[in-house]
Amino acid sequence: MTQAVKPPLIQFTNVAKRFGALTVLDDFNFEVAPGEKVTLIGPSGSGKSTVLRILMTLEPFQEGQLSLAGMSYHEPNGTGPFKASERHLRQIRSHVGMVFQSFNLFPHMTVLRNVVEAPARVLGLPRGEAECRAIDLLAMVGLADKKDHYPSQLSGGQQQRVAIARALAMRPRVLLFDEPTSALDPQLVGEVLSVIRGLAHEHDLTMLLVTHEMRFAREVSDRVCFFDKGRICEQGAPEAIFTAPEHPRTREFLASVLR
Amino acid sequence: MEWVSYLPSLARGALVTASITLAAIAVGAVLAFAAGIARVEGGRVLSTVALCYTEIFRGTSLLVQLFWFYYALPLVGVSFEPVETGILVLALHVGAYGSEIVRGALSSVSVQQHEAARALNFGRMQTLFRISLPQAIVEMMPAFGNLAIETLKLSSLVSLISIADLTFRAQSIRNLTLDSAGVYSLTLVGYFAMSLVLMALMRLIERALRRGPAFPRAAHS
Repeated sequence: MTQAVKPPLIQFTNVAKRFGALTVLDDFNFEVAPGEKVTLIGPSGSGKSTVLRILMTLEPFQEGQLSLAGMSYHEPNGTGPFKASERHLRQIRSHVGMVFQSFNLFPHMTVLRNVVEAPARVLGLPRGEAECRAIDLLAMVGLADKKDHYPSQLSGGQQQRVAIARALAMRPRVLLFDEPTSALDPQLVGEVLSVIRGLAHEHDLTMLLVTHEMRFAREVSDRVCFFDKGRICEQGAPEAIFTAPEHPRTREFLASVLR
Repeated sequence: MEWVSYLPSLARGALVTASITLAAIAVGAVLAFAAGIARVEGGRVLSTVALCYTEIFRGTSLLVQLFWFYYALPLVGVSFEPVETGILVLALHVGAYGSEIVRGALSSVSVQQHEAARALNFGRMQTLFRISLPQAIVEMMPAFGNLAIETLKLSSLVSLISIADLTFRAQSIRNLTLDSAGVYSLTLVGYFAMSLVLMALMRLIERALRRGPAFPRAAHS
């Protein structure tokens, strides 16, 4: 495919991540092509969420290299746990957006302000323009009529859809989904998945998705990576992983979740 | 009905008490936010300065602080009017205790909120003023209400640096009339009435901040 020709947008090279004595990622190598939709699956504690949190600069890593769009996360003379200046980190963050398991909307702002605030304050867009964009995005996630509500007045599924609109308002090249439906009641999962499914058709958006929704992963991803003990144990096209997993750990995991 | 004749003098004293208390709360609130924010967000130097200030003023007697500012400071050439001294020392007291309230409320804003702010690329100051403080301030209000009332009551100490506040007036009248029961009962009522007004005021502010469904939790939750 053409993806093999493009240089990777994201590249982890021999990355190690430790929390004290606990090693979460070990000699980790991983590449993502621009526009690729990758799903990370695996047992809890296998490091998949950590990959997203490192990409979002919420967690530092200790060894190895990580680059995004040609920018290295560590600076040559960088200090502090991130080995980079705040200015450098903000430059990296401007390319990345994240949707959290627990939505994390700002409770003191209306839905509209949740979506407007960052483009207006961080990107410096005029309020009017930021609001127009926000309303378009809210319409896209089907919540334009809720713009004046507060997060506490919305269901979990609605809150997560606002959170997706809020992340998209910053026009990230990479959008990270950290178990976006795990905190939802079963009947609310569908509405969030259908919004994500819509985004999967966006050619330019690179998506990394950590999820336990296997059927959904199979449907939307270009590639599925199975994580085990801080490494990618097996990866490939969803058809291959789900119908003919090669590694015994993958088979074991899929048997336990698909049943 | 002898006590009726005390009222004009006591009322004038109450006015002084009220003005000193309100001024101290206003100046103290500024100090509290400055020191509390410095504790959480300031670098090593700023947060250490704020910590020293907080601990010194929390750890020493308010009365001795008053005497020190009133009698000792002029010896090194710095002197204020008694009322200014009273307001300043009470404000420093409010600031020290208030900074702990600000610090606690700011630290109670969840990690998830900070992560969401970071994911949206907000800067540190933007996160503080747009995300953390607006949420924390609502949590501060009950504690600030208590501190305001505490300040009103502690303001009686300024009578000892010759400020004619409610307590000072009460002492003077008692020295003249020797009617301890009448004078001090009236004085207590005076403080209680003022604290009721202050409590109502703080409730009003809290209610205004909590308005809307943004904070559905009940007050004092």
